[in-house]
Amino acid sequence: MSNQFFAPGHTACSGCAQSLAARLVLEAAGPEIIVANATGCLEVFTTRAPQSSWGVPWIHSLFENVSAVASGIEAALRADGRSEKVKVLAFGGDGGTADIGMGSLSGLMERGQDVLYVCYDNEAYMNTGIQRSGLTPPGGNTTTSPAGKKSIGKLEGKKDMPAIMAAHKASYVATANASYPQDLKRKIKKALSLPGAKYIQILVPCPLGWRYEGKDTILAGKLAVETGLFPLFEMENGVVTKVMKLKEKKSVDDYLKLQRRFAHLYKSEAGKEELAKIQTIADQNIEKFGLLEKEEAKA
Amino acid sequence: MKSSVPKLIMAEPLTSALNHTGSWRVFRPVADKEKCTACTLCTNVCPEGIITVSRETKVDIDYNYCKGCGMCAEICPAKAIVMEREVK
Amino acid sequence: MKKVMEGSMAVAEAVKLSRPAVIAAYPITPQTHIVEDLADMVANGECNAQYVNVESEHSAASAVLGSQAAGARSFTATSSQGLLLMAEVLFNIAGMRLPLVLVNVNRAVSAPINIWNDHQDSFALRDCGFIQLFAETNQEAADLVFQAYRIAEDYRVMLPVMVNIDGFIISHSFSPVDIPEQAKVDEYLPAYKPLMKLDTANPISWGTMGGPDVYSEIRYSLSQAILNSKPVIAQAADEFNKIFGRGGSGIVEGYHLEDAETVIVAMGSILGTIKEAVKERRKAGEKIGILKIRTYRPFPEQEIREALKNAKTVIVISKEISLGYTSALFTEIKAALYSLAQRPRMAGFIAGLGGRDITLSTIYEALDVSKKEEPELYFLDTSKELEMLEVN
Repeated sequence: MSNQFFAPGHTACSGCAQSLAARLVLEAAGPEIIVANATGCLEVFTTRAPQSSWGVPWIHSLFENVSAVASGIEAALRADGRSEKVKVLAFGGDGGTADIGMGSLSGLMERGQDVLYVCYDNEAYMNTGIQRSGLTPPGGNTTTSPAGKKSIGKLEGKKDMPAIMAAHKASYVATANASYPQDLKRKIKKALSLPGAKYIQILVPCPLGWRYEGKDTILAGKLAVETGLFPLFEMENGVVTKVMKLKEKKSVDDYLKLQRRFAHLYKSEAGKEELAKIQTIADQNIEKFGLLEKEEAKA
Repeated sequence: MKSSVPKLIMAEPLTSALNHTGSWRVFRPVADKEKCTACTLCTNVCPEGIITVSRETKVDIDYNYCKGCGMCAEICPAKAIVMEREVK
Repeated sequence: MKKVMEGSMAVAEAVKLSRPAVIAAYPITPQTHIVEDLADMVANGECNAQYVNVESEHSAASAVLGSQAAGARSFTATSSQGLLLMAEVLFNIAGMRLPLVLVNVNRAVSAPINIWNDHQDSFALRDCGFIQLFAETNQEAADLVFQAYRIAEDYRVMLPVMVNIDGFIISHSFSPVDIPEQAKVDEYLPAYKPLMKLDTANPISWGTMGGPDVYSEIRYSLSQAILNSKPVIAQAADEFNKIFGRGGSGIVEGYHLEDAETVIVAMGSILGTIKEAVKERRKAGEKIGILKIRTYRPFPEQEIREALKNAKTVIVISKEISLGYTSALFTEIKAALYSLAQRPRMAGFIAGLGGRDITLSTIYEALDVSKKEEPELYFLDTSKELEMLEVN
């Protein structure tokens, strides 16, 4: 059953990749887990009292502290001998991971406790109405970084959370994507088999916030990867161990044009400059992770 | 002995299943079982997790919950799922 | 066994004997000695708790929220800014009905930044749903830790308890304290049996979103629970008395109330000084009594009304102020006495803010002022002459 641990009837938007990702994570992780969940879309749409979509023990932590609550659960399991059998997962969105939750996440990583942190990255504070976050990409139109006569949307870059986590010596860091369900599940299983603090960032396209039709969620996720903007890779102890290579490079336009949150970039000179910058980011990722390198060339 | 803690502060597992989100639909996915090859791609991408696929019975959609997002129709390589305007 | 020790060590010993499974804390003066002593005990194998070195007080409260929810008896401690930082988590812990014990080492709040004692920190959190107890001495600080766990984990209560001890005055001063044996503590405080916990055998969801259709009922039950915890608090003190041979009623304690025309009401270590001052004045024939409030939340309005019903003058001396009005303690006591057929004269005094020393003179000032006036807001031992900035 594909909803054994994550029941339908939740109030996620139609076409929500975060609900898909959560379901896939739980399928891969199995029943012997405890989930701590920061305030955000996932927490809100799965638990309107007295109902819950969760089929595993679950607790809402508040917004900035899911990593700390998970730390406490992990300590309790070590104290009562359950830690060999039961694993702790912490779920957070943009805010709970990279902004308000950054401090407690850093603390968890520094302590290296046995927790798998999963970031559901939809590139804005979606639950409160599409406001800009540290994970909003440059040029992104959000309600607090709106495109306007004097603005091309968010000026700043996307916080490189995987690199920050790797710098904390997280035992395992990976990026994943709801459009690649088998790859996502494999990474969850891999992470849970390793000791220490682990971090997986899942790109979860949001039809409402990114402004595209719900049916194109899988396409949006695929294009993020195929353009090089959201490379899929794994790191262990600070070193890249595996990447998902690309057969060909797609222009960032294919990805950006699908979403109205970037539409303004195609309408001005300043926007065009930003587009070039975005293409550069993609190119740099492709270079850095060797996404187009043929296998032979590495020998 | 009764405690002073109301049951209401907890939620029982998987109880969101009581909420039939099928009422949200504008479009409904209709599956052609002849065309279906049971590849399971649709099962993997349904955000509600309510598509079951087997070799014998092919694709089955639980319309109690289907929100009509169309992701299954988009991904189906055999074009076995088509989105039709729901008539209530 | 009685030994001269620092108040912080007395608390640490009591925590150790309460067998916590998880301790998570962030250091802040003047709480530091407690968490350092506990770290020592863990490092030397005297305490089996998992000690989590969190990176902030917000995370300290969050970590013990998580560990309590997972079924572990847990402990944390803080002061002042730390207590304020963990505020949202404390409301959450109470709302989720987790029986945590938190020792708050009372310290003034910024601004100005000040590390010395007053009660502004715990009073700022008086609405959060924690039961609040105030210790007068090093001995009581230790004893209230045991009672706190007993009260919190009672199925009739299932609420977190904050044990307040005065910063530096209790935490850093040395006095003889009787630390009981483990066997006796185990008799008083059996192993924690959670009412509910995060467990794969029973995968419940905790901390769900409660909309307008259910929120009122849940908060009502929370209100009922803390109000109804009073008899459990009294019972815990009673049982403590039976096993360890000391401790008051748990709620309030009266001194010389039988013949008192004037009663001073206060909480915490200030009572030591008040007792001395009253002893002196009673020698001179003044009929003065004292009401010690040990349990501040739930607010013991019945006990207060009963104790003060014959007083002609009630003096409240408190180390806090609810800015925009007056001392919260004064306001609440006044409200409690409102329904008396014969209301006493009332005088409200603020003292000791930011660690300003409270001496016998301070108490005498309150007694003398209240003979002639009934101030609602009177800052004792405070110079009112401040030079203000000039406007150009």
